[in-house]
Amino acid sequence: MKLRFNLLAGGSVMAIVAIAALTALVWTPHDPLALSFTTRLKPPGSAFPFGTDEFGRDLLSRLMAGAGPSLGISLLAVLTALTIGITLGVVSGYWRGWPDRLLMMVTDALMAFPGILLALGLLAILGAHMRGIVLALGLAFAPAVARIMRGTVISVREREFVDASRLMGNSELFTLARHVLPNCLAPIIVLATSMMGWALLAESALSFLGLGLAPPAPTWGNMLSASRTFLSQAPWLGIFPGLAISLTLLAMNLLGDGLRDLLDPRMRGL
Amino acid sequence: MTALLEIRGLVIESRNSAAPLVRSCNLSVNRGEVVGIVGESGSGKTMVAKSILGLLPPGVSQIAGSITLDGKDMAGLSLRELRSIRGGTVGMIFQEPMTSLNPSMTIGHQLEEGLRLHRRYSRDERRSRVIDMLARVGIRDAEAALDRHPHQFSGGMRQRIMIASVMLLEPALLIADEPTTALDALIQKDVLDLMIGLAREKNTAILFVSHDLAMISRYTQQTIVMAQGEIVESGRTAEVMTRPEHPYTRKLLASVPRRITVPGRSPERPIIEMEGLAVDYRNPDRSFWKPVSRRIVENIDLSIYPGEVVALVGESGSGKTTVGRAAVGLLRSVAGRVLFEGKPIKRNGDNYASYRRNCQMVFQDPYSSLDPRMTIGALVAEPLRMTGAMTSAEKRERVLAMLNEVNLTGDFANRFPHQLSGGQRQRVAIARALIGTPKFIVADEPVSALDVTVRAQVLELFNRLQQRHHFACLFISHDLDVVEAVADRVVVMRAGELVESGTTEAVFSRPRHEYTCRLLNARIRRESVEA
Repeated sequence: MKLRFNLLAGGSVMAIVAIAALTALVWTPHDPLALSFTTRLKPPGSAFPFGTDEFGRDLLSRLMAGAGPSLGISLLAVLTALTIGITLGVVSGYWRGWPDRLLMMVTDALMAFPGILLALGLLAILGAHMRGIVLALGLAFAPAVARIMRGTVISVREREFVDASRLMGNSELFTLARHVLPNCLAPIIVLATSMMGWALLAESALSFLGLGLAPPAPTWGNMLSASRTFLSQAPWLGIFPGLAISLTLLAMNLLGDGLRDLLDPRMRGL
Repeated sequence: MTALLEIRGLVIESRNSAAPLVRSCNLSVNRGEVVGIVGESGSGKTMVAKSILGLLPPGVSQIAGSITLDGKDMAGLSLRELRSIRGGTVGMIFQEPMTSLNPSMTIGHQLEEGLRLHRRYSRDERRSRVIDMLARVGIRDAEAALDRHPHQFSGGMRQRIMIASVMLLEPALLIADEPTTALDALIQKDVLDLMIGLAREKNTAILFVSHDLAMISRYTQQTIVMAQGEIVESGRTAEVMTRPEHPYTRKLLASVPRRITVPGRSPERPIIEMEGLAVDYRNPDRSFWKPVSRRIVENIDLSIYPGEVVALVGESGSGKTTVGRAAVGLLRSVAGRVLFEGKPIKRNGDNYASYRRNCQMVFQDPYSSLDPRMTIGALVAEPLRMTGAMTSAEKRERVLAMLNEVNLTGDFANRFPHQLSGGQRQRVAIARALIGTPKFIVADEPVSALDVTVRAQVLELFNRLQQRHHFACLFISHDLDVVEAVADRVVVMRAGELVESGTTEAVFSRPRHEYTCRLLNARIRRESVEA
């Protein structure tokens, strides 16, 4: 019952966000980029349901238009981190030996930097465009994934069902895919959903430092950081992007939890 | 004379289960008397022991009944009074010697702690008492031991230290909850003899909780048999053992059915041969480039013929499991070789596929040998993937037939491992090993994780299947009773080498090696009770 609720609540909020982002591609209530000095800093009302910003742009339209890039960047960044991290983690955890030593030395060294600092350094090399941001954030988050994956793989591969699979004549790769990986998913799903949150915020931090997507293109992150200057006069500028971010994160976490439980027969109440 | 400990109408309930864990338990322990509580896991025996000192785990509570110690009702005691009883009047020895001592405190400090809390002795007197007691429990060089830490002692030594720390305070009652279950067969008896001897000396009563009937019958005067939270039988130990009244007690007492051994094996060539096998353990974490390795077993020469059951016996750490794993190819040898049907095995050589299919293993821990994410049906069917040329309908039929053979009904196929009991899981593991009709099986302590009555059922099943399918088996066990029940031949291992081998009967009745004699002597047999 609780399981259903997690999936349902998380899924419906994510669906709303996705629909809003898709709609924004073809239609928004107003032009998200159109400046208008007659409508500066209007509070939420009938013409502008979420109000307007300091340049008179409609906040709702900007939120809708920003959903795509914001979520796209974080999603892709997390996927990048997962791909790199899971591969490295599995290689070190499953085969151990010197590859493990080497990889873990590198990840330990990378983890010594704060993620955002690492991303900044990478961005300086890669350039501040969408692909650069995705890659920079992905690389910055990958060491944590690799670490967790390695630990999980090490504990799972010592379980006897892994030996049993080898005894059946299954190849190492099959054993890995059929028995080891599925049993390592739970912590990774949890990590991935919380990483989505860090990525959203990291993107805004990068915007704040002028290394995110360049204005005037809206993202939730740069909207939130731009709102600071006007927070006392126009609190809605901060409230709505903030709400969008936190609701999306909540939905992600619910979805992640639901997914993890759905994949685990022990949680299905069977 | 009033009893030292008197429990009346004790009921213990858990928040998580509808049925009470313990219902209406009555028992009494007199001064200096040894009382045993025997039962399977989940029978509530540990809960009874824990409730005496108010040590029930969270979520579990005593909801009725009274516990009277030395004429005082335990329920009426303040926390302060209770603390002075814990350790002072009543001592407790736990099951796990690895975790019951604080790893970061020296032995001397831990032993003195109790004395400091409960007795008024000078510093020097405390020290001399601790040293005396350590010497008394058989710790060599007791004075040096004071400054050492628990990890520097073996499991058996730690349990001796535990006993010393409890007996230092000369408690009136000692609660021993499976005190030797975690120890090797060889030292169990020594530790128990020591515990009982010390208790007799100090006139300490013992409440001895165990699942092992042989131990209970040897060491106790009174026996209480518990099943599903209830006392089903109690009385003088000799009477309970010789004239059990309750069917459950009889079930517990019933020995494992013996296998009819086939005398004289055919002069066929062996199915598995090990020649001068040596295996190293490599620790990847100890050095950077080259793993540090340590020799685990050496010079293993062992042949197993079709259809025979060979038991591999020895204490933990002797390398039994290593030999078993090397036999099925899970571990690589650093010297010597393994031959399958007369031919050496090479990875991806021409006999490799046949070797893989024909050599299977049943693991010790049924909780970790089944992938928790797969249904029983999928688990049992998995080995069929390699045999190929079977439609899914044929496979399904084969799986159901196999489940049937291990006494599981067809609807188990759709369940998941966590929904099964330990015994049922081990049946599934056996079904998975046998579904490809292998010629050779390594069974690594297949019943040691199971309860006594379940153990008997699984062994019976094993014997029946072996007689039907005639597979050869290397049966690894430290339990000599189990070995006697299943094996044609016994091989004894010690410190990585084979020290003796022969037919089961010969080894059990005329052991040649000194170590085998010790193993056999250490076996705690149910006392043959005369009069």
